[in-house]
This record gives sequence, structure tokens and C-alpha cells, in this order.
Amino acid sequence: MSTTTAPAPYRIQGRTGEWEVVIGLEVHAQVASQAKLFSGASTAFGAGPNEHVSLVDAAFPGMLPVINRFCVEQAVRTGLGLRARINLKSRFDRKNYFYPDLPAGYQISQYKDPVVGEGELEVTRDDGSTFKVGIERLHLEQDAGKSLHDQDPNWTYVDLNRAGVALMEIVSRPDLRSPEEAAAYVKTLRQLVRYLGTCDGDMEKGNLRADVNVSVRKPGGPLGARCEIKNVNSMRFIQQAIAYEARRQVEILEDGGSIDQETRLYDPIRGETRSMRSKEEAHDYRYFPDPDLLPLELDPDWVRAIEATLPELPDAKRSRLMRQYGLSAYDATVLVSDPERAAFFETAAKGRDPKLVVNWVSNDLVGRLSGEGKDIADSPIPPEHIGELVQLIEEGVISSKIAKTVFDRMWAGEGAPRAIVDRHGLVQVTDTGLIEAAVERLIAAHPDKAEAVKAKPQAIGWFVGQVMKETGGKANPAAVNDILKAKLGV
Amino acid sequence: MAELTELTLKAALDGLAAKDFSAEELARAHLEAIEAANPQLNAFVLTTPEAALEGARRSDARRARGEAGPLEGAALGVKDLFATEGVRTTAASRILGDFKPPYESTVTANLWRDGAVMLGKLNLDEFAMGSSNETSAFGPVVNPWKGRGSNQALTPGGSSGGSAAAVAADLCLGATATDTGGSIRQPAAFTGTVGIKPTYGRCSRFGIVAFASSLDQAGPIAKTVEDAALLLRSMAGHDPKDSTSLPVETPDFAAAVQRSVKGLRIGVPEEYRLDGMAPEIAAMWDQGIAWLKDAGCEIRSVRLPHTRYALPAYYIVAPAEASSNLARYDGMRFGYRGEGRSLSEVYEATRGEGFGAEVKRRILIGAYVLSAGYYDAYYLKAQKVRRRIVQDFETAFQEVDALLTPTAPSAAFGLGERVADPIAMYLNDVFTVTTNLAGLPGLSLPAALDAQGLPLGLQVIGRALDEETVFAVAGALEKAAGFRAKPERWWA
Repeated sequence: MSTTTAPAPYRIQGRTGEWEVVIGLEVHAQVASQAKLFSGASTAFGAGPNEHVSLVDAAFPGMLPVINRFCVEQAVRTGLGLRARINLKSRFDRKNYFYPDLPAGYQISQYKDPVVGEGELEVTRDDGSTFKVGIERLHLEQDAGKSLHDQDPNWTYVDLNRAGVALMEIVSRPDLRSPEEAAAYVKTLRQLVRYLGTCDGDMEKGNLRADVNVSVRKPGGPLGARCEIKNVNSMRFIQQAIAYEARRQVEILEDGGSIDQETRLYDPIRGETRSMRSKEEAHDYRYFPDPDLLPLELDPDWVRAIEATLPELPDAKRSRLMRQYGLSAYDATVLVSDPERAAFFETAAKGRDPKLVVNWVSNDLVGRLSGEGKDIADSPIPPEHIGELVQLIEEGVISSKIAKTVFDRMWAGEGAPRAIVDRHGLVQVTDTGLIEAAVERLIAAHPDKAEAVKAKPQAIGWFVGQVMKETGGKANPAAVNDILKAKLGV
Repeated sequence: MAELTELTLKAALDGLAAKDFSAEELARAHLEAIEAANPQLNAFVLTTPEAALEGARRSDARRARGEAGPLEGAALGVKDLFATEGVRTTAASRILGDFKPPYESTVTANLWRDGAVMLGKLNLDEFAMGSSNETSAFGPVVNPWKGRGSNQALTPGGSSGGSAAAVAADLCLGATATDTGGSIRQPAAFTGTVGIKPTYGRCSRFGIVAFASSLDQAGPIAKTVEDAALLLRSMAGHDPKDSTSLPVETPDFAAAVQRSVKGLRIGVPEEYRLDGMAPEIAAMWDQGIAWLKDAGCEIRSVRLPHTRYALPAYYIVAPAEASSNLARYDGMRFGYRGEGRSLSEVYEATRGEGFGAEVKRRILIGAYVLSAGYYDAYYLKAQKVRRRIVQDFETAFQEVDALLTPTAPSAAFGLGERVADPIAMYLNDVFTVTTNLAGLPGLSLPAALDAQGLPLGLQVIGRALDEETVFAVAGALEKAAGFRAKPERWWA
């Protein structure tokens, strides 16, 4: 089963001793929906400014929101994936503040009664070890538009394409203790929503981003005051922001200061966090239930129907791959990181040695694909052919070395491996007579080298190399070894 | 031709059907009446004569083709809170400027679908906030009625003052209106017209400039109970674009007007008998009770114990919602924009110059009652009161089929009389806000004239979605009252 041996705890060395960092995350995941949360407008990325804006999004007088059922379904699906409580009755509130990219002057969100309650996520580290993080809630809300301050020296432009797009805000408990854990959490969560198909997880497009709550304390001590770092949009920045922020807080505390609860921004260019607004400047959002919307009531049968369509989730798949194929936690983790990769592996591994298959898939194939910036979906080689390649190795028809050549030809689009082997005469030489003849010839021609082997058995490698050379690399290496050892008397 | 404007909607529809006159003639008669009267009454903030005549001609063509709708050719006014496509829509506020919506409200679209013709847009209190039409950026509407022997300009009530005055002065056959705390019924009472606020959710709010979303409801102001029934039938209906619109069929309200009320149980809520109630109001109420008794109704005294908390609760909930609903008027996308060198300055200038004093007052109240630390004491408590009021009505409606009350605590008062005292102004809504808080239908019809010769209104309140009983009771009262009085035409 999975290893749960945690790495050494992350500690910040201060003048007064060690400090522990406590982190909670609010991840904003854009719902993979064609239409916005309360208007029919499109959510497609890359349109010209304000091309995907309905009168509802632009908050024209008399316009009313109507909930998008598909978005609710995605939130429920994600909640089920988090093994969280689904609230059959939830409600939308208005969060009131003025900003030009918020046309109505309020954001519709779920403040008091979210659609999804408490859950849990098993987070996988890169090495395959795992830990659990509590989920406090998941709620639906609208995204705001975008203010463009850099288009003109005197004017700010507003693009409302994003305004009204559905977001799932997934709030973790403050269960994370290092920048690495925070990144691993986001990675695992991103993997989950991709498995579920509820969010594409594309951080570059801003479709998944995080507000990071950071506080520090003496290990095991009471929780300290926290700062919230808004809108961090890459795994790397999340880690950098936490490391910087924790260090900043430690320095303040060790200088006898105190941490003011505030909202901060991470500046990736300078690698630092900066105050955005203090608690005193904090908005009073004047939350209240949105009177334009009825409470959201879910039919338990509908929720059950959604549950029935959930795919195998990453942690379950990971455990199964380890159990069913005897894979290491690391190999299973790498496969599970992309559901298509895992599926590719499982197809290729039918009836084959799974460890050989996982090497070919995770190293050779994925390595080559990522070298070209491609995913497994773009593979020019179908999984069945990888299976056949491994079968040829298993049957001794080709050596692992020849297999690399065959793989190159498969990559180049030459088709199935067995046909490639036949066409190019790459069948491994297992005819011992042929190998013996070559060996005898070599010993006779290089008596000095034969003597050397007797003194230093590792020197046999030279003979192996020569035999392979003479046979065009097709000789069975095991047979070559055996025959050489017999003839050289080592 | 002037007499065409004196017809009721029903009579006009009959005349059109009989080809006694055309829709074009009907529209033209009303346009002429508006032109003559509006400089004095200020009921319309915009007339659309060309579109009206063109629309009337198309209506005549439809009728000629045998495709007449239920309101074919009816010349109507539209409260300027309803978005009308391509036609300036202002909510009587500076902040909307010359806003021309690229969309039509569902309620008005339903009327045009049924063949009605728009004459223009009607004055109102700014954003429907007011009880006297004096908060309008276009100036107050003047009530067609005057006290006997007096020349004092009176309020038509509000916020639908333009709708009520226009109907009372025969400037249109009927008008759309909206009611958040009494804005249909009080003006109807002040002008001797009939107005109904239907059940919350009966009419779509889509395309109506929002004041307080959980209370706003559209309805008609008309010359008779039957006319109101005909108009409401067309205005109502489920609309998927409004989540709070009820997915129910719309009954034939006009048929219900003729229904017998014999055996109906009518409740008289004791709490509405306020201390110091004007004797003429009390007398009219008693008269109404007597008429229904004569018509075979059973009269019962009922208790609505939380009534006294309704007005304070209303003046928390409505401003709270308004403060949020009006946040969109920021000068960024439509309407008026003030000048400023920073974002804050632009906001301040836009909203400071764009909104009038009463709107600002309510935004401030609303922001206050929702703010951190006050929310529980005000907004949440008001919502609790609201639930109690709903329960009060539910209990009462277990014993009775409809309630009878006065519509307003007084007849129309003088323009300017109460402007300085918002509390006195808010008290106008004391009998009407309860039905908004509970989402129930309420209808006002003229029942009597007071000693000054000014009309007084009775209110009939029904169960949720039981407008039919309300119409039946109102029909019986209308018959018994035989109210025929009309204001003297001093304006033209």
C-alpha cells in the first residue's frame, strides 16, 4: 500500500528557534461549462474584449440571474469527488462592493449556505507518499471581469468576458505545513477536477488559482494571525509566496512585532508579498441573500444519479494500479497524474509484464512526448503496439536494446513492432552455433584480451561488445554471456 | 372624438371589435388628450406618438386579417420603470440619462403580443421610491382631482403617480404600474382608479428596473375592476428569465369579476383600525363591509397581530435590497456619468449628481442595515418579522376567503405638504406594505368621495394566487358602490 512516511517537517530557522508555517488554501476553479453561471453567455477563452457579455453580465437595468443547472451539477460532482457532504438546500448571497469590473456592484456567491460542506482530500506527494487535508466547503460564485490598466496611460479598460463565469471556491482547512505540501495539495486537487471533468485546471489561463492563507507559530503552539495572499496562479508562485510570507512573519514576530491580519499580493518579479489592504481597510461586503434567486434545492435522486457517473478517482486508481499490477507508489503516481496515461498503460499492459510496460510508457514514450510538448493523447504509437513491443522482449525475439531501435521506428510511424522487426531483420540471434563461432573467432584473434578476462572478469564486456557488433546487435545478450563465460573459463 | 378617451378599456375593445372606430382613431384621440393635458398634469415623461399611430395601424391590419389579440388596439401607458426596447427608460432618475434599452420587459412584451399599443412612458417617483410622485427627476405629477372649491395641486400618490393620473384623466385606457409597498394601490386610491398588485411571482420582473426585488411586483391601473382583470391577464404569466416568476397558468380574471360572492367569508383585520383614523376612512370601510354583507358575504373579525411591525420591517428590507440593486448605476456602462479625476471621484460625482435625495436616503439606510454589526439587529430581525406577517395572513386565511381594509390612511394630500417629513410620507404605506411583505394579491378600488370630494379607496386582499376571489369581491364592491365620479377637466 501507499507509504505515508512524511518527510522531515518544514521548519523556519529563526533567531529564537524553529517556526512552523500553517497554510490554508482557497482554490478558485472555473467550472468547465460552455455558459456562465447566471447568463447564457459563452465562456470560451481567447475571444476579443467584451465579445462574450450578455446584458445580465453587464448588469443592465431589469436584468435577472437564472442559475445554470450544469454548473450546479459540476459543483456537486466535485463535492462528491471530495467525499464531501452535499447540501440539498443552499443559497446564493450578494457580496457588495464597487469596482468597474463588477458591473452589478455585487458578486453572487454562496456565503452562508454553500452547496458542498465538509470533505477530505488525500494528497499525494511527488514521491508517492500521501497525507490528508480537510475540506471546509465548496461553493459556487461568479467571477468578475478584468480591468486592463496597461492599455492606455490615462484610462483603464474593462473586459467583461470573464464576468459571471462560474467558479467553484474550494476552501481547505489550515492543514498544510509547508510550501511543498501546499503545492502538492493544489496539484492533487487539480488532478481530481480534471478526472471529474469539472474544471480543466489550466492555471496559465487563470482557470485554477488560489488565495493562500499563511500564518506562523512555534511548533505545536496556538495559531498565529494570518495573512491572505490573493490570486496566486502557479504552483511555483504558491510555494515562493508562502516561503517569503512565512519568513516575513517570522522576522516581524522575532523583532517583537505582531502580524496584522491583512490581504496581500504576491509579486513574482520581485519575489515578495505586498500589502493590498489592511483589516481596517477591509471591505464591508454587506452580504445578504440574493432576492433575485430562489434557494437552491437539490433532489437527492439527482445527486445519486451524478454519483453513479463518477469515474474512478485518482487515489482509488493509484491504489488499484499498485495492487493489481504490483507497481511502486512512484510509478503508480506518475501514471495517475494523467488519466489518459493510466488508461494507456492499462491497455498496453494487458497480458504483459507491467513493470516493463510502465517503463516504456512513463520513460520512453512520455519522455519523448513531453520533449515535443505533447500529451499522451497525441502519441503516434497506440498502446497495443507498446504491449506488442514488450511481448517481443518477453519472448526473447528482440533485446531491450533492439527494442529501442524498434521504438524509434514505431515513433516514426512505421507501424506495429512485429512487422518492423520482420521488415528490418531485427530478430535477436539465439542460434548458439552462430554466437559460438563468433566467440571462438574473437578469442583466437585476441588472445591477450582473453587472458586479461581471466585475471579481471569485468573485462568480458569488451567481448560482449564485439559479439554484438558482429551480429549487428541482434545476438541475445544472455546467450552471448553464457557462451563467453564457458569459452573463457570464467 | 374626445369621447373615445372616456371609454373603459372593455368598452373600447368592444367598439374596436364592432368596427365603431379604429385603433388608429383611438390612439389619436388619446395622443391629443395627452398633448392637451400633460403640460398641467405631467403624467407622461415621454410620448411616442409616431410609434403609437404606426402600432395602431398595424393593429387595425391585424384585426382586418382576423388576427385580433385580447387587447387588440388598446391604447396604454407604460410606467417608466419598464424597459421598452429602443424607447428611453429612465426610472424618473437623472442617473439613467437617455438610456434606451436594447430589450423589452416581459410584462410589456406580453401586452404588445396581445395587441396593445403604447402611447408613451409614465412619470413615477425616482426608482419607484416615494408615495407622492414628488421624488421624480421630471417633477411631480399633478392629481387630476382637486378638493371641492380648492385650487391646490394634489399628489396623485406614488410611486405610480403618472399611471394613476393618466388613467384618471382619460389619457390612456389603462397603464402598467409596479408596487413595492403600495405603489399601485395608493395612487389608485388617490385618483379614483382601480389598481391591483398581484401575487408575487405572477408577473415577471424581467426588464423592470429593480427597486426591492423580493417585494416588487407589476400590475395594472385601470378605470374599472374588469379592465384591471383584462390587463392583468395579459401582463401575467410564467417567465423563465425571472427565477422568482411562478410556473402557474394565468386564470381568466375577467370571468372572476362576475362571480357571485355569496357565502364568501370576508375578514376585517382589527389591527388596521388605527387610533385616530380619519372618520371618513372608517365610514367608507364600514360601508364596504355593509355592501359585502348585503351581497351575501359573511363578515368576520380577524387578527393580524404583527401588523404594527410591518412598516418598520418594510423600511428595512426594501432599502436593503435597493442599496444593492442600485449599485449598478456607477456611470461605467450606461446612463449618466459625472466627472472626476479618479475612480472614487467618478463614482461620487455620478451617484451624487445622478440620484435624488430620497433615493440617496434609502441607499444609505439600506447600506447601514446590511453592514457588519447591524445586519442581525436590522435586516435579520426584519426578515423574522416578515415571516410572522406571512403566518398572520396564513392563520387569517384559514378562516376567511379575503380581507377588506382601507387602501390608504387619507385621501390625496397637497403637493409639497409632506416632502419635509419622510416618516409622515412612509405612513402612507401602512395598509399596503403587509401584502408586499407576504407576497399576497391586493386590489384597490374607489369606494367613496370624502367631504372634499376626493376619492377614497378600499383594498381587497386575497390568498396567494387567488386573484380570482379578489376580483370577485372587488366586482361586487364596485357594483354596490356605483362610483361614477370623475375629476373635473380643469387641465384642458
